[in-house]
Amino acid sequence: MSNYLLIESRDPFESNEVAYFYGLARDLVQAGHKVTLFLVQNGVLPSRPSVHAEAVASVARAGVEVLADDFALRERGIAADRLAAGVKAASLDVVVDRLAAGHKALWH
Amino acid sequence: MADKKQLTFVLMDPPYENARTTTALRLIDIAVRRGHDVNVFAYEGAVNVAFAKQAPHANAVHGRDVEQEDHPNPKDWVAALFAAAAERGTTIDWVQCGLCVDERGAGECIPGLRRGSPADLVKFTETSINTLVIPTK
Amino acid sequence: MPKKMLQIIESAYRATIEEQDDTVVWITHAMKGAGGELEVLLRGNAVNYAVKSQDASGLAFGAKRQTQPPRIADDIAKFADRGVTVRVVSEDVAERGLERSDLIATVKPVSRSELASLFENYDLIWHW
Repeated sequence: MSNYLLIESRDPFESNEVAYFYGLARDLVQAGHKVTLFLVQNGVLPSRPSVHAEAVASVARAGVEVLADDFALRERGIAADRLAAGVKAASLDVVVDRLAAGHKALWH
Repeated sequence: MADKKQLTFVLMDPPYENARTTTALRLIDIAVRRGHDVNVFAYEGAVNVAFAKQAPHANAVHGRDVEQEDHPNPKDWVAALFAAAAERGTTIDWVQCGLCVDERGAGECIPGLRRGSPADLVKFTETSINTLVIPTK
Repeated sequence: MPKKMLQIIESAYRATIEEQDDTVVWITHAMKGAGGELEVLLRGNAVNYAVKSQDASGLAFGAKRQTQPPRIADDIAKFADRGVTVRVVSEDVAERGLERSDLIATVKPVSRSELASLFENYDLIWHW
């Protein structure tokens, strides 16, 4: 079993490719790995209850830990206590800590 | 404080064009504050992040003079990261891809950076515990 | 033993005319030459890099002609000569209306469903 850190900086309102990255997170966790999907920049936009919130929530339901950069949420006025199901606000420090722990890290 | 590790970041974006530059510098700042040694491979437009001739300006739309606007120049953020690392006894090894510097005329950068090549990036992958590529789009 | 790296290339035709290369394909060749252990996965629009019929020649800006246009399919093909395996995501190929016969012979198709197990073969996975 490996640990994966998938960092998504883009959002599904703008890019079709985000669905691929969410799907990759699901496939990795279903293959038995531990996966964190860390949303940064506009990648946090589907954390707000919205037409794309279900896509993120389904990734969380599959067993992926879904975190959203607390600064990026605040920058966009997304209330950290009203996020899409399964998404938690987190400090960007988590990314550095997971890198230092050797998690395989992919930025999208 | 975390155990000291060596982390490598690969940057590609020039300053002032998108959010990735800020996020990359935030990550490096966190890594420095956590006491890690950091390698940076600045590829393509990222060789301009620490360009020495960046200058602040006023902001007439907001009625602010140069001093009041205190406009960021990423070269100063990079210099501050180097200073923070020095204070903590850790290192930042920032390599500018040489061919990228040449084609962009970006040779004048702040002190502390060095010119290099993809061979440096290969060495970084071997000495670091991990590497994060932040690609441009 | 050098770390084994997978270069996932997704962005395509970004500044390839000005650079006369795809800069990620280029740096992969350079890193291989410097002793790196790398393999390549083309996905998204970058599957088009395996298309045999690409032709970027003929541009001129005023009297300044481009004499060395990018030849990306050749650069992808050269990976085989250097022992760098290049895979291409088969669903991304099909979605773009491409057939296997449109692509250079040396790229190996891989399904999206195989990526999770493919990733286990590498120490580092870089997503460009």
